Amino acid sequence: MGVLLDENTRVVIQGFGGAGQREARNCINYGTKIVAGVTPGRGGQEIEGVPIRNTVKQAVEEFGANVSLIFVPAAFAADAILEAADAGVPVAICITEGIPTRDMVGVKRYLQTSETTLIGPNCPGVITPMARARAGIMPPDVYLPGNVGVISRSGTLVYETVDQLTRLGIGQSSSVGVGGDPIIGTTQREALELFENDPDTAAVVMIGEIGGTAEQEAAEYIKTMSKPVVAFIAGATAPPGRRMGHAGAIIAGKAGTAQAKQTALMDAGATVSQSPSQIGETMQRVLKERGLA
Amino acid sequence: MKLHEYQAKELLARYGVPVPNGKVARTPDEAEAAANELGGKVVVKAQVHAGGRGKAGGVKLASSAAEARAAAEALLGTRLVTHQSGPQGQPVNAVLVEEQFEIERELYMGVIIDNSAGMPIVIASASGGMDIEEVAEKTPEKIFRQAIDPTIGFQGFQARSLAFATGLDGDLNRPAVSLITALAKAFLENDGSLAEINPLAVTKDGRVLAVDAKFSADDNADFRHKALFELADRSQEDALEVEAKDAGIENYVKLDGNIGCLVNGAGLAMATMDAIQFEGGMPANFLDIGTQNDPAAVSAALKIIGADPDVKAVLINIFGGLARTDVIAQGLVDAIKGGLLPQPTVVRLAGTNVSEGMRILDESGLDLIRADGFAEAARKAVAAAS
Repeated sequence: MGVLLDENTRVVIQGFGGAGQREARNCINYGTKIVAGVTPGRGGQEIEGVPIRNTVKQAVEEFGANVSLIFVPAAFAADAILEAADAGVPVAICITEGIPTRDMVGVKRYLQTSETTLIGPNCPGVITPMARARAGIMPPDVYLPGNVGVISRSGTLVYETVDQLTRLGIGQSSSVGVGGDPIIGTTQREALELFENDPDTAAVVMIGEIGGTAEQEAAEYIKTMSKPVVAFIAGATAPPGRRMGHAGAIIAGKAGTAQAKQTALMDAGATVSQSPSQIGETMQRVLKERGLA
Repeated sequence: MKLHEYQAKELLARYGVPVPNGKVARTPDEAEAAANELGGKVVVKAQVHAGGRGKAGGVKLASSAAEARAAAEALLGTRLVTHQSGPQGQPVNAVLVEEQFEIERELYMGVIIDNSAGMPIVIASASGGMDIEEVAEKTPEKIFRQAIDPTIGFQGFQARSLAFATGLDGDLNRPAVSLITALAKAFLENDGSLAEINPLAVTKDGRVLAVDAKFSADDNADFRHKALFELADRSQEDALEVEAKDAGIENYVKLDGNIGCLVNGAGLAMATMDAIQFEGGMPANFLDIGTQNDPAAVSAALKIIGADPDVKAVLINIFGGLARTDVIAQGLVDAIKGGLLPQPTVVRLAGTNVSEGMRILDESGLDLIRADGFAEAARKAVAAAS
């Protein structure tokens, strides 16, 4: 059922401060099992009805946490991700924005020796509507259970995209926000692979943006996929050399432009929506053409 | 955060990168004195945050201290327009006065983050003094790379291989290896996002020397490098962008069009710009308000848009997640009632607390152009601006 999260998901929240508590409430209201929070030094307390522990390891051993949702501030977030990996949590989802790239270099290298899948950082999280499993910050009302997988580097643009799908009656298997930073745990290519192997996903929407070459690497994988992919690349009108909000969204070299990415995706067989307001309609058309609607 | 050439050279020199003898000057008097100290025959280089200075007349040769003074007079206080600076150019508030030397050949050494590898890489090429991206595109076989694995750091054999690959052998090998190692160390210890020596010169008297240098540091790591970040020269940034930063808006970029944009989230902000262009208009700025949950911060951001003389209409596109649409609505109403946003304004709200946001707009009695979807909002903004 979808990817990364399902009905067996048991979430521990690392960094149970303001944002952590608010999103814990939102997750619980949606129907997700939030089994513990981790704030070092406050172990044994209970906040908002959620038991707090000092370490992720305790949350895993005592409550069977199998997903960690991380809100720890940027200067300490890399350490929090490594703690989750060391505790053997299968999926760590890091919402935190502004982690120094050098810290992520170390995290990425360490995770090569670990079984943990990292989503993010600087991402909206993951949601599997069918299982009412939400580990993130997305507005849950716009999601509808269904069979389209969604992948995005951006947060709010993915809400927009999902809203377009839902209004057309096209539901989602899971939505994965891979994050807007230069170095992320799970790339768009790897997220595509998760959906390709998910029996409940029939097609995938991928929202990319300018900067880097991750969309070109995703395009290489799309060539081998059995499922149709609809893509949109944000930032076609962005000037070169300027950082557009996301640390990863800066055009350096021709490969980073929206046009280079669109071309690579079209050559790989993806259907590229030229306007951000037509992503939903494009998916509707593709589903009809493939007899999947 | 970008450093000037003279700052980058000071930083690299501390790590052992050989740089030409030189001095920064902010007045013609200082330039003349520096030239005298350096023996009279010097080069005078405008210090601006833009490449292409040489072609734009920002680098002048002087054969005497008097000529150096004249060169500094010609550069200081002007705005240098290069192919990277935009039409307004960048203000020249300082020049770097450096000794002249005879160059035998020019190479390239740089360090960047390779996103795909998830590691920094050191790049070397025997084709120096040119745009490295152009070299990589036209003659990829002339580019050599070594990744810096964080578990072991940059190794001696990697520096040697880059030096030998670019023809730095014989007596040059040892100083070249030391330079490359120092460059990598400076990058790692200062949270670099770019460290570049281009060109790296082999001089006729057999030295390796950083003729030009660039260094940018990761803005997210500013808390680790207080002294380094104090070197930031805000005169090189757009005035509206500086004002935005002072108001706590980190993600504002001035653009060439006439539709001011306020959006939450970088991806949606870029897509909003794309939608405006798709409908035949041009955005005046990129502005990601992020998850501001204070109406005053929203008003402050709108004040910057409202004060931009290029802006003929404003588009507010919010899809609330962490950000709340009611807060945005309140900030908008306050800004307009405070006279900060005189332009016709199109509003599209969706997501968290949207009904409360709509109620605030309804009860404000303000003449706002409302839009339901994304495309409609862009269309109405383009119409309002023309």
